[in-house]
Amino acid sequence: MKRIYGSTPLHLLAHLASLALAGWAILQITDARAPWQIFFWLIGSVLLHDALLWPFYTILDQITQGLTIAGDRGRVLAINHLRIPAGLSALMFIAAFPAILELKEGNFTRVSGLGYEGYLGRWLLVSGLLFAGSAVLYAVRVRRVAAVARPAQ
Amino acid sequence: MKLPTPPGPFQPGFWDSPLRGPWMTSILGLLLLLLMGITSATGLLSHAAYNPSLGMNAVVPENADLPLTFNWPTSPAWLYLVNQGLHVTTGFAVIPILFAKLWSVMPRLFQFPPVRTPAEGIERASIGLFVASSVFLLATGICNVFYYYPFDFNFVVAHYYGAVIFIASMLVHLVIKLPTVFRAMREHGLRPLGESLAETRSEPLDHAGLVARTPLDPTMSRRGLLAFAGGGSVLLTVGIAGQTVGGFTRPLAFLAPRSQDLGSGPNAFQVNKTFKASGIEINAVRSEYRLDLKLGDRVVESFSRAELLAMPQHTERLPIACVEGWSSTQDWTGVRLADLARLAGAENMDEVFVESLQPRGVLREATLSQKQFLAKRSLLALKVNGADLSLDHGFPARVIVPALPGVHNTKWVSIMTFRGSTA
Repeated sequence: MKRIYGSTPLHLLAHLASLALAGWAILQITDARAPWQIFFWLIGSVLLHDALLWPFYTILDQITQGLTIAGDRGRVLAINHLRIPAGLSALMFIAAFPAILELKEGNFTRVSGLGYEGYLGRWLLVSGLLFAGSAVLYAVRVRRVAAVARPAQ
Repeated sequence: MKLPTPPGPFQPGFWDSPLRGPWMTSILGLLLLLLMGITSATGLLSHAAYNPSLGMNAVVPENADLPLTFNWPTSPAWLYLVNQGLHVTTGFAVIPILFAKLWSVMPRLFQFPPVRTPAEGIERASIGLFVASSVFLLATGICNVFYYYPFDFNFVVAHYYGAVIFIASMLVHLVIKLPTVFRAMREHGLRPLGESLAETRSEPLDHAGLVARTPLDPTMSRRGLLAFAGGGSVLLTVGIAGQTVGGFTRPLAFLAPRSQDLGSGPNAFQVNKTFKASGIEINAVRSEYRLDLKLGDRVVESFSRAELLAMPQHTERLPIACVEGWSSTQDWTGVRLADLARLAGAENMDEVFVESLQPRGVLREATLSQKQFLAKRSLLALKVNGADLSLDHGFPARVIVPALPGVHNTKWVSIMTFRGSTA
């Protein structure tokens, strides 16, 4: 078993059970409305992460690391002071992009009587606060390291 | 013949993060399991809360559903509020944890050759479904919460079958990877959380190839990475949860679709479908309004709003909790549904089919179980917070049942048909 299959019988049985249930769900999707769009979205979900978001943030992080490591003052790493507010800002955007970009706002207005004004501003404001807080923290840390490095006069 | 390994991420030397390794992936996996466990359980409960076996309640076709539904209770009244608040808020909170978890296992995607044994092939197929369905559930969930539908499929149906694929592939992943998680926790426990950046070292090389062969110096500690992802979860929770919790937290929910403070009037709370969107003619709710009680095909009683107001009135403080996670608790006043059932001679009927004046729309009607229409706190509400219902909140009369999903609390009610089981 191990030599031909490459793992234990439990591995095979567990996967067959799981794939059978997933297969049942996929079969039901073929009977649903716009099945090809559902499959497209499922495949698109993998591509969205693996082929778009992951390479994008990895490359961006590499570039930022290249730019900051050389300029790091003393032992304070600047990279996290950029990485963390930028990451959190991107996260907020992902979580609320339809409201931030006011996409198909008509749907929302029709059902709720409300609009999406304010979301873009609030996202920018909270992002700004995160970057500002991070900058202050960075400045404090750089000063503290410099004070330690400089002999007392 | 041995194929040469392609360049870039397929080369083991490409991977240089000192944080990747079985311990890091295990701890992120455990966090993901906890949060996705909550979203999965609350998701299946929400499916059951719609009582899909009654009338035309089923959105996912009944003959294409899993036998996981049951007679949804009416107590505690906050049951659906808590369920959906958890489902939606946890669904947002899990986004950064999923990102971190996927980041931690990215080298596996570029393993070369991609498949060495049948076991690896079947496992990778399953992982593919796992990743696809998890991102799919979060993406479609976000779209639905914001009423953004850039697709033609039915959200409920797609989200449900996507969840079945997700749960199936998550369970097998759990069974297969649990020994790895146990080993990592046995060997290191939570000790890596105590390590500062200066103390952070690569994990020992592993079989799975997660650990970098030539790691760079760390720029972040393991606890730093967890704090980064966890901080993202906290930020999104703060940005969303207020729409469920309400009160002073509502305006804090700066990312939630239902965080607006609508003022202090008796009808100043969130609406799921405006009167304008309902397409109902104004005369239908004013002079012409009648509530018909039917027993099977026969109309047995018919009331004007004044006649309903002349019946014994009861006030109940009940939440209206939307499937999209927001909620609002108000004091509703009206006639008990149980009293209406008695007047129609329908106390022994199995269900009541409640229809709105709305000319069309999938949620213009809902079927309630006997347990629901006989519950003491279930009302046909005529007033809210002491004032007449506004048109947007369902004037002349709306259903309000404890622990019932928001949209099943039908507004602008015109016909209530009591009947035996249709099943």
